[in-house]
Amino acid sequence: MAMSEKKEKETVTKTDPEDVLELHDLKSWFYTEKGIVKAVDGVNLRIPKGKIVGLVGESGCGKSMTARSIMGLLKFPGRIAGGSILFDGKDLAKLGEKELRSICGKDISMVFQEPMTSLNPVLKVGRQVSETLLVHNPEIGREEARKRVVDMFGKVGIPEPEKRYDSYPHELSGGLRQRVCIAMAMICRPKLLIADEPTTALDVTIEAQILKLMQQLCAESGTSILIITHNLGVVAEICDEVYVMYAGRIVEQADTFELFDHVEHPYTKGLMASIPRIGKNPERLYTIPGVVPNLLHLPQGCAFCTRCPCATEQCRTEKPVLTEIREGHWSACFLNQAKSE
Amino acid sequence: MKQIVKRLLETIVVLLGVILLIFIMLRVVPGDPVTTLLGEHVNQQTIDRLTKTMHLDRPILEQFFLYVGGLLRGDMGQSYKYNRPVTQMIMDAFPYTLALAIMASIFAWALGLILGIFAAVKQNRLPDHLFMGISLFGVSMPVFMAALFLQYLFAFKWKVLPLKADGSFLSMILPAIALGWNSAGSVARITRSSLLEAMQADYIDTAKAKGLLGRAVILRHALKNSMLPVITMMALQLSSMLSGAVISETVFAIPGIGRLATSAIENRDMPVLQGTVIFTTVIVIAGNFIADILYSVLDPRIRKAA
Ligand SMILES: Nc1ncnc2c1ncn2[C@@H]1O[C@H](COP(=O)(O)OP(=O)(O)OP(=O)(O)O)[C@@H](O)[C@H]1O
Ligand SMILES: [Mg+2]
Repeated sequence: MAMSEKKEKETVTKTDPEDVLELHDLKSWFYTEKGIVKAVDGVNLRIPKGKIVGLVGESGCGKSMTARSIMGLLKFPGRIAGGSILFDGKDLAKLGEKELRSICGKDISMVFQEPMTSLNPVLKVGRQVSETLLVHNPEIGREEARKRVVDMFGKVGIPEPEKRYDSYPHELSGGLRQRVCIAMAMICRPKLLIADEPTTALDVTIEAQILKLMQQLCAESGTSILIITHNLGVVAEICDEVYVMYAGRIVEQADTFELFDHVEHPYTKGLMASIPRIGKNPERLYTIPGVVPNLLHLPQGCAFCTRCPCATEQCRTEKPVLTEIREGHWSACFLNQAKSE
Repeated sequence: MKQIVKRLLETIVVLLGVILLIFIMLRVVPGDPVTTLLGEHVNQQTIDRLTKTMHLDRPILEQFFLYVGGLLRGDMGQSYKYNRPVTQMIMDAFPYTLALAIMASIFAWALGLILGIFAAVKQNRLPDHLFMGISLFGVSMPVFMAALFLQYLFAFKWKVLPLKADGSFLSMILPAIALGWNSAGSVARITRSSLLEAMQADYIDTAKAKGLLGRAVILRHALKNSMLPVITMMALQLSSMLSGAVISETVFAIPGIGRLATSAIENRDMPVLQGTVIFTTVIVIAGNFIADILYSVLDPRIRKAA
């Protein structure tokens, strides 16, 4: 306990110039009446320039809260309890509201899961996008902003962009709305795009189009992406690096090829086994047994031990630490670590 | 557009029903209007003659159609007591009520909106509790108490404002505040809760993620969404104020619609009572109609469907 307190106080300032964003020991906790819910509990994560990083895990494991912490969108009673979010030499966790907002939308932008509700129903979609542009560049004026937004609408594949500028969100399909959100996120050519399950609400054919679109736009402008998903298929499709999250912590981390070639952590193995694959006995689709534990009552040892097929006595009593078990491959599992020694 | 026409037709049917109801209700109350009008000691001939000119000898349904026919021509009959056209009396009284209602609404809405928005922004902090306390006080304070209290303080004790309405702007301030007090409270409360609800929506996160600061998020994104129920309520409030503020008008001696109706009751002046009730009903129904239309004009989702 004393040690973790000491850790919280020291600020990490060292950054790798190759990274756009670094999370160091990020802790986002909810101070509820029943106790502290550690939704994000000591996450370290690096997003290199121009790369696409995936953050995967089951529902409720803290993926969205990690993203929301970066954007300063944690809702009461949640707040950042420790750690740092380093971006451009600044610690976003310690910035004032005003400074943080001047970065959001311009240098870091976000696409949310639900295109149905993430757009304002009473404002025209074009206005909502040009607003982003005008907040950060008030000098360009309305007309120029409109022109650029119509341009952007064309780029994200919205048909009749000039006409669509004056549409209201309810007049567009889910796929088009998500394109509007992507246009909104990309209009200022940010350094980092955070996409929180951007395709979960869409059907599969549109999912592929949207992923491709994000990939292509970001490649053009050199934007890095942090993509949050519970779908390892999406990861395999576009990510360079993968972080696997469970109960508020990172349990495995590697580049995509390495991870798909040598899965190590039993949790990631479970996730992999539950991807439906064509031709591989689809009648026996695997699911990880049990449910995600209540974050208020985590097991004393490894958070996954209650569902892990290979849990030992050590797993139940001690918490495994994320350790490099092979060059560039990290895992928080005693079994993996024992094997690598 | 089709929706609006449909609503309009519905409104007319409701109106006719209400007129019939009022007509019947006022017919079944005891007391013969002719004797009221002429006093006890007149001969039967005079009574018969008057009964005939007032169509009181006809069946009630026929009376109704005669009356509706008159209404369409703007004729609401003659006052028994003053022997003047009812339409004329209502038109004389209405400007007072109109002025009072407009002033009261401006007071109520300005105060209510400001208190409500401020309370929402400072949710659960001191200004919130303070303002919501004040507005609860406003909502629960009876109009006559507010009226008497204001009159005592400002007109009687400090003598800064006139005691009774004399047609001047100054003399309308106290009655407007007394009348608007309640409405200010309810506008404040509904503004606050509606704004807080809007602040929970996903598009608020989007607005913040775009880089908007707190005030811009509220003014540009939350407020417009939260105004729908508030504006509906305002339209209803205005129409109810227009239909006569009996208490305010009585305390401050304003010769408006409310006063006209109460004196018609005292005098058993049936045509006047009937006229004012129908007039105010029309205003309330029109208010509802306008509130509906406003709702759909403001909300693009409904507007397109209409
Ligand atoms: N207001 C709150 N109060 C208490 N706990 C909360 C609150 N909001 C979120 N949490 C906790 O944070 C945890 C992580 O939530 P988060 O939304 O980050 O999950 P997720 O990984 O994004 O899941 P999903 O795939 O469903 O989006 C949840 O399990 C929940 O227990
Ligand atoms: Mg989520």
